[in-house]
Amino acid sequence: MYETKYHKAASVQDAVAALSGASEGAVLAGGQTLLPTMKQHLASPSDLVDVRGIAGMQGVTVGDGTITIGAATRHADVAGNADVKAHIPGLAALAGGIGDPAVRSMGTIGGSVANNDPAADYPAAVLGLGATVVTDRREIAADDFFEGMFSTALDDGEIITAIRFPVPTRAAYAKFPNPASRYAMVGVFVAETGGNVRVAVTGAGEDGVFRHDGMESALASDFSVASAAGATTSQEGVLNDMHASAAYRAHLVNVMAERAVSKAG
Amino acid sequence: MNNVKMTVNGKAVSRDVPDTTLLSEFLREDLRLTGTHVGCDTSQCGACVVHVDGRAVKSCTTLAASLDGADVTTIEGIANGGDLHPMQAAFNTHHGLQCGFCTPGMIMSGIDMVNRFQADGKDLTEEAIREELEGNICRCTGYHNIVKAIEDAAGTMADMAKAAE
Repeated sequence: MYETKYHKAASVQDAVAALSGASEGAVLAGGQTLLPTMKQHLASPSDLVDVRGIAGMQGVTVGDGTITIGAATRHADVAGNADVKAHIPGLAALAGGIGDPAVRSMGTIGGSVANNDPAADYPAAVLGLGATVVTDRREIAADDFFEGMFSTALDDGEIITAIRFPVPTRAAYAKFPNPASRYAMVGVFVAETGGNVRVAVTGAGEDGVFRHDGMESALASDFSVASAAGATTSQEGVLNDMHASAAYRAHLVNVMAERAVSKAG
Repeated sequence: MNNVKMTVNGKAVSRDVPDTTLLSEFLREDLRLTGTHVGCDTSQCGACVVHVDGRAVKSCTTLAASLDGADVTTIEGIANGGDLHPMQAAFNTHHGLQCGFCTPGMIMSGIDMVNRFQADGKDLTEEAIREELEGNICRCTGYHNIVKAIEDAAGTMADMAKAAE
């Protein structure tokens, strides 16, 4: 990798200051995407600001109808957390299915959400549950956060400190992993919260994670596997690449939605 | 440069490392612990898996500079003197290797999964082992014996844990 300067931030303010003082700074939140990207010379940040040592960015807090996860909480810790398992089991299961065990013991929720990889799992949960992205300076609704492939509403130097999830009535995630990379070829998160149904799809969209309006309406009138199967998924804007055609991915969206609805119960 | 102090296989080490040094490079080139292998160097193959603070991680995807104060265990640190760790012994018994290149990572991942499943009181079934080995690739495709070895070692490690209580 190209030269970079490593900083270990002791606090959020410390991290923000280090980023603003860098010519091209990047947050090191787990490094499971960033470091391989740097090794391939596809990224060359002048400075790396490690946020994993910041105490306030770790762990899970239960609020009134909410679960808040610190941005530097690792996938394995979300997957194994008793409160997440009790209140949003679909989210714990999603975290337990990211990458492989070694990746899950380093990668963090904030890193995944900030990167907004079009085939990552967490963006589907954040958008599907209608979560709130909390940063060092504001709160951003999931619907306003994801702005396209690897693109988010975050400003330069803005750091995600936590993600706040509303506790749903029922929710689940199903993915068809790419057999080589384990990233989602298609992943669908379905959630019913206070009578409102949301469906978020990852892995399939040319612009990254998206909500499936047709599927949401179908499930809102009848939350059943048959409704998920019957909803129409357009091939417009669906990824078409060496891994799968748009037609195959569009078909998988319905199949994954059926499985997610079945798991959500 | 960053001064990094770590405990590696029970011994305190202190070195000045460049900001870009990977843990795999630090172990192999600075400490000459060449049992940790670098297979793909792209986070896919798992030959470089070591334990950091009790968790299996890919040392090729971790910066040494970020591990000041960490406790690191490599394949060189698991045997008790001349006595192999039960996971090593089981790989030997079941011939859980062909060329042997992936073996250090397989063994470190195997120990990690047994520890986690035992801590959670969960049964480490053959199916679970195959799922857990998702991040470790054996290009000789010797998975059957690797799975058998981990299953056997899980039993031995459970017996040892009970005996120690």
